[in-house]
Amino acid sequence: MRKTLYGILLLLFFWYMMKFVNYLPKSPVLQGKGVSNYYLQNDKKDTAAANVVTAIVVNYRGFDTLGEVTVLFLAMTGLLAVLMGLKTERGKLTEASLILRAGTRLIIALIFAYGIYIFVHGHLTPGGGFPGGAVIATGIFLLYASFKDYSLNRTWSVILESFSGMGFVIVGFLGLLKGKSFLYNFLPKGTMGHLLSAGVIPVIYILIAFKVASELGALVSQMMEGEKE
Amino acid sequence: MNLMNVVIFTSVFIMLAAAICAVIFKDLMASLIATMMVSLIVSVLFVFLQAPDVAMTEAAVGAGLTTAIFVIAIRKTSAKGGEEER
Amino acid sequence: MRAALSNPYFLYMLGAFGLLAIGFWMVLSSRNLIKIILGLNIAESGVNLFLVVLGYIKGKTAPIFTSAKIGANSMVDPLPQALVLTSIVIGVSVTALALALIIKVYEKNKTLDIAEIKNLRG
Repeated sequence: MRKTLYGILLLLFFWYMMKFVNYLPKSPVLQGKGVSNYYLQNDKKDTAAANVVTAIVVNYRGFDTLGEVTVLFLAMTGLLAVLMGLKTERGKLTEASLILRAGTRLIIALIFAYGIYIFVHGHLTPGGGFPGGAVIATGIFLLYASFKDYSLNRTWSVILESFSGMGFVIVGFLGLLKGKSFLYNFLPKGTMGHLLSAGVIPVIYILIAFKVASELGALVSQMMEGEKE
Repeated sequence: MNLMNVVIFTSVFIMLAAAICAVIFKDLMASLIATMMVSLIVSVLFVFLQAPDVAMTEAAVGAGLTTAIFVIAIRKTSAKGGEEER
Repeated sequence: MRAALSNPYFLYMLGAFGLLAIGFWMVLSSRNLIKIILGLNIAESGVNLFLVVLGYIKGKTAPIFTSAKIGANSMVDPLPQALVLTSIVIGVSVTALALALIIKVYEKNKTLDIAEIKNLRG
């Protein structure tokens, strides 16, 4: 009864929203005005990055990316604090089937290589640090699901995560020392389309990818097996 | 009514049908698979909207890692646990 | 009606608002805690789709300089795509934290039904 009442209310909400679809504003890029038009026209000159979305995320709006990395760090800290005494019976599980074990042995190197390819070429092809780190963390989950006695080295995970986060802020302060503002692009720009171009953008994306991969790997490890005694 | 509009209409229709199935199913695993299908079709719609960065991030994060975390959580909160076999 | 259906903006908005409404319906009318988090995920996918549709211009292409022939005047709006990138990652971290809290609640009460979980402390 309550479920149908909520369903009718939300159907009314949906119908009401669809009446105003024609009045939504179109993007100002059509008329050649606006901030995003400035980013499109001046991306070749300011940062020689072929991917305009990467240039916006890391260079023009780099402070928002710092805030996002902070939110991710806070959520993972909260999760590891909540799940501290998790009881788990991983030792009693039976071994996975032969197809899973053999398939994982064949394909796990390709998964890690694909993840590394995505975040190293973040300024040339679509992708960047976030999906690259997520692909590597999914590879770690596949290893946990196939082999009964695999466990991630938690010491290395903590060290990699802390130093990557600190490295991001240190790169920002180096930009402050050498240029005009925090996260200023101080490395030489090069030509667009080459691997070593776009200044400090690939360096920042590699640090972000390390941080995201080690954080999500520690998340999967904590939920699957708890801590070491 | 050219071909592109027909493809977009079909994708949106399948996505809404999968979302309604995610509400109606009683089993938690079936509801989770329907949510993963919604995320996957949203990722395909992002490719049609000329946004490849967003499509790759949604596919890797939304339809990959979120489903894995939900599977671990569902196994840990069911009464039988996982003592006999996977 | 036929003119509305052959406009691609209308079809995308149908999908985005439909996902938002169905996600809210799932949050409001579920008895299992995990289904509430699944509904939140579906609603968040709808909002991200809506944000990317706002930056779409018909006939233009993706904002990457893949060859020398693509000029800066034939690209879609790149700014909503950068915002949605951040939003997706924050969505997954909120989901992970919510599931950790659900695991702890299950260990104490041994049930996931919201009608049975009454105590807030302890």
